[in-house]
Amino acid sequence: MNSNHNHYPEGESLRRALATRYRNASIGRVLFFSALVIAILSLVALLYNVIDGAFGYVAFEYKNDPTEFTSKPLDDLTKEELLAILKANLSSGAYTKLDNEKPMEKRSRSVLYTLLLERLIQIDTKQTWSLTDSIFRSGEIKAEVAQKYPEAKLEFRSWLTPVFLTTPMSSKAEFAGVRTAIFGSLWMVGIAILFALPIGTGAAIYLQEYANKNFLNRVIQTNINNLAGVPSIVYGMLGLAIFVRTLEPLTSGSIFGVTDANGRTILSAGLTMGILVLPLIIINAQEAIKAVPDSLRQAAFGVGATRWQAVWHHVLPNALPGILTGSILAVSRAIGETAPLIVVGASTFISLDPDGPFSKFTALPIQIYQWTTRAQPEFHSIAASAIIVLLVLLLTLNATAVLLRNRVQRRY
Amino acid sequence: METNEIPQYSIETKDLSIFYGTFKAVSDVNLLIEKQKITAIIGPSGCGKSTLLRAFNRMNDFVPSSYVTGKVLMGGQNMYGANIDPVEVRRKIGMVFQKPNPFPKSIYENIAWGARINGFKGNMDELVEQSLRGAALWEEVKDVLQKSAYELSGGQQQRLCIARTIAIQPDIILMDEPASALDPISTLRIEELMQELKKNYTIIIVTHNMQQAARVSDYTAMMMLEKDGSRSGTVIEFSETKKIFTNPKDKRTEDYVTGRFG
Repeated sequence: MNSNHNHYPEGESLRRALATRYRNASIGRVLFFSALVIAILSLVALLYNVIDGAFGYVAFEYKNDPTEFTSKPLDDLTKEELLAILKANLSSGAYTKLDNEKPMEKRSRSVLYTLLLERLIQIDTKQTWSLTDSIFRSGEIKAEVAQKYPEAKLEFRSWLTPVFLTTPMSSKAEFAGVRTAIFGSLWMVGIAILFALPIGTGAAIYLQEYANKNFLNRVIQTNINNLAGVPSIVYGMLGLAIFVRTLEPLTSGSIFGVTDANGRTILSAGLTMGILVLPLIIINAQEAIKAVPDSLRQAAFGVGATRWQAVWHHVLPNALPGILTGSILAVSRAIGETAPLIVVGASTFISLDPDGPFSKFTALPIQIYQWTTRAQPEFHSIAASAIIVLLVLLLTLNATAVLLRNRVQRRY
Repeated sequence: METNEIPQYSIETKDLSIFYGTFKAVSDVNLLIEKQKITAIIGPSGCGKSTLLRAFNRMNDFVPSSYVTGKVLMGGQNMYGANIDPVEVRRKIGMVFQKPNPFPKSIYENIAWGARINGFKGNMDELVEQSLRGAALWEEVKDVLQKSAYELSGGQQQRLCIARTIAIQPDIILMDEPASALDPISTLRIEELMQELKKNYTIIIVTHNMQQAARVSDYTAMMMLEKDGSRSGTVIEFSETKKIFTNPKDKRTEDYVTGRFG
């Protein structure tokens, strides 16, 4: 007989041993659950912090009394009346300049109204309150305003408005928007992906399907893995040196006949971001290609396919969902990066939409960074709104990529 | 009956050894594979049966650091000769794998793809039908040609893989344990199919299943690790299947086929 025959617990001792095992399991479960709770709490705190800043009471005064310009209540003014007021009161130089940017007659009423507030009446924001304060301390806030700023109006404002999305930059927070920053970010991410996705996928195919496992290729592989962790500011320096300086004729567009730009263009920023996300895309594409079962390649080779035919007809289509997952991560990374853009030279004040890869540009993270560094509290509020815009934009792009991925996911 | 016929050889190996780096996996194999016969390769696990089979159509080329010495002759031409393209070899010597591995495409495309990449110019619909008939699958799938191949049963998938192979009109079909992942009924159908196929093709099959080798094959090659402890496999006996199973020359073969071994 086996000498180990009676060495397993039985009866009472088995029950005790089992109880201990279940207890350990439940301790583990509690730990994992707390990890989840902590993660969720941090996310909630982040969202709360952002939303708290983007809505709330604001106390402001008109620097110039509206009655100086018109006897009607401001909200009742028609477009023609607004136009007349602006023409009469703006200096002719300023009016001509605005007219040259876009003919005044063609601007909408709300734009003219904003111009009136911005240029003539001029708003002076005294103080802003967070959403939490606005909800729970509204009485105190009203009393405080009445006492401290007897002239001021108090209104509950959402800093995130359709106008905020559609107006370009302004030096005054009340009239600033993120339109140019959204366009800048989209252009940049677009260029980055167009640049990095084909190159990254190509590199991954080479490494996975063609490269021998020799010393050189192992070194390359290790370096790609490490490049994914290089701080983004380093990529910024690289972009500055290569794209902004060395390749200036290309990135400024001067070889294509564009004359008024230097190398600090959307193209430079997009290519820099492209290089930054390249390791991410390569690694993910490699994983996706690795996950394609070898039996599929063998099947293709077995009927006389070349390596390229096997890759193009079978490996790539099957790896595409995984490759797209990598590009989702890449988009998320590219749209949120700030440091390389600062180095590459994003402008913070751009009032015209970018009209091509050779435009000067700004981007959402740059705008947020710039606004949060301002002293005036109203800039912090629009920074919070811009963060919401950035998050929504990120989610939209990701959702698009996920939908795309699900479309190409094999139905077989 | 056929004693006076001069046997025609489809494939011939001369001192074929297969290496993975410095490891000699298969050593000094000399085989004469007869045309339109079924040759089985049997032997215990890890003795290099599949490696030998894959050497015939150069599938081992995909294993980094693998190489062969010796010759694989087909019609007098060395398949490992300098002017031979392995892609062309694989078109002439088709392969059916252990696990059914249809492409994740429709049944029709599974057959059409191989033909198309090899530059087939004829009537594709006809070729698909011919091939499916040849693999005894046509009646079952003729109405669902556009359905995914993955919706077929394992046995049907394996017959689809056979159809895919005969669509590129090879001379030889290699089968690497083609029924080991299938149930007995599917296995039987594959075995029946092999008898049909040997009218037109030379078949070399690797199998673990000695009854299967005895049932289907005309010739049997018995593989075994070499006695010298080098872990390389070699063919210790090669002759008519009947002889291998009833009157083996080698004691090790006898032990193996009678179940006294492994």
